[in-house]
Amino acid sequence: ETHFGFQTVTEAERREKIYQVFESVAKKYDVMNDSMTLGIHRVWKDILVHKMNPSPGTLLLDVAGGTGDIAFRFINYVRSVRERQLQRKLKHHQNLSWQEISESYQEDKSKSLGDSQVVVCDINKEMLKVGKQKAQNLGYSEGLSWVLGNAEELPFDDDMFDVYTIAFGIRNVTRIDLALQEAYRVLKPGGRFLCLEFSHVSNPLLSRLYDLYSFQVIPVLGEVIAGDWKSYQYLVESIRRFPPQEELKAMIEDAGFFKVDYQNLNSGIVAIHSGFKL
Amino acid sequence: EEEEQEKEEEEGCYRLYPGHIPTSPLQKALLAAGSAFMALYDPYRHDMVAVLGETTGCLALPNLRDKMKHHPEGYRILQERPRIRLSTLDMARLRGLPDGTLGREYVRFLEDNKVSPDTRMPPKFVDDEELAYVIQRYREVHDLMHTLLGMPTNMLGEVVVKWFEAIQTGLPMCVLGAAFGPIRLSARKLQVLATELVPWAIRSGRNASCILNVYYEQRWEQPVESLREEIGIFPPPAVRV
Repeated sequence: ETHFGFQTVTEAERREKIYQVFESVAKKYDVMNDSMTLGIHRVWKDILVHKMNPSPGTLLLDVAGGTGDIAFRFINYVRSVRERQLQRKLKHHQNLSWQEISESYQEDKSKSLGDSQVVVCDINKEMLKVGKQKAQNLGYSEGLSWVLGNAEELPFDDDMFDVYTIAFGIRNVTRIDLALQEAYRVLKPGGRFLCLEFSHVSNPLLSRLYDLYSFQVIPVLGEVIAGDWKSYQYLVESIRRFPPQEELKAMIEDAGFFKVDYQNLNSGIVAIHSGFKL
Repeated sequence: EEEEQEKEEEEGCYRLYPGHIPTSPLQKALLAAGSAFMALYDPYRHDMVAVLGETTGCLALPNLRDKMKHHPEGYRILQERPRIRLSTLDMARLRGLPDGTLGREYVRFLEDNKVSPDTRMPPKFVDDEELAYVIQRYREVHDLMHTLLGMPTNMLGEVVVKWFEAIQTGLPMCVLGAAFGPIRLSARKLQVLATELVPWAIRSGRNASCILNVYYEQRWEQPVESLREEIGIFPPPAVRV
């Protein structure tokens, strides 16, 4: 027996219900995120990728990556790092001939990401569909793959990825312990686990305002914008059901990660947990 | 845990009918504002019009229910709770009725305008089970209003029906629809609306008895003109809508 928001359900029921929630919200997912957080979720995701500080050549697995927000930011980051690398290289090679310079352009053009790659893995077909469409509209294709998969049982081999991220996804997993074990398994030794998720606000005044906003405003936004009250009621309830910062830290340590730490954003409305496979 | 208690308190007597979502006064206010905005912004969001009706109908709905209670036919409708759905209508039989009868013209209206009675939203935010039925009945009878008023489902026709319904029901959603609906009409249509259709809709709305007090399902064989006379709806003006 487990929970779906404030309801008590079986594990199978929970998985089914959550699948349906995301199937239903997929098309309006991005619009709703902007409305509910007044665009602040973009800053949270930027901070996550900055914390990751990926260098060209990094292989990222973004689980529950649905509509691609983390993947696109990763690609942008790596591209700009690569560009700066190339600029620095050019500066040191100002004595090259024109021929040599243009040849180096050809070579570098095919490696604008410098062999970096991101695999977006999600359990929900609708979310992946929206993500793929978005990638096409925004012009992302190189270094990007989309895989249908379950965080509790990943379709990847051991020791494959440099970084594993899960942004606003682990809350919807039914067996968090299994997801963490899988994360450990697929990371290379030295690899980093990063989790961005809603967490607990300890400040009492802020907590009450946050609750008021969550329970009074968010389901209304869901009804007005997406025509779906119930999915957003589930969302705010699931946030309250999710383990707080220290508990999640302990669970990550249990999965075998070292140097586990967390960083609160906006007084704990959101937290980034980090751990290493050593 | 506080949130759990809060939620249970909020839900009070819990779900009063299938699909019921209990809401606090603040949520109703936010829903009313949000749905009003969204209904104007995106006219295809019929669900928003429905939500607006439910969240602003707290005075008009009890009024309508009382009108029904104090009328023999309306009272029977409240007791028997008939529903107008494709599954309960015998479409073949209605189609076979003579031209000019309510049943025949209703089916003709559904087919000409390619609409179905099954697309009406079920109520969600009405916190009284009987009033939820009243608003549901109002929605399901809407197509019959089109038939009785002889108005098609284009923008102009819908606005005319809204004027009639606004007078008849007093629902703020109908009043808002009647007032803001014409915004998207051309000048020529506005002229026809203002000079002929709205005055007729108002006169008929005032003159007619309560449209929710008619057991339409028992009157399929009645000629539309006879039913109009009985209710008190004046014949529609001879303009193209």
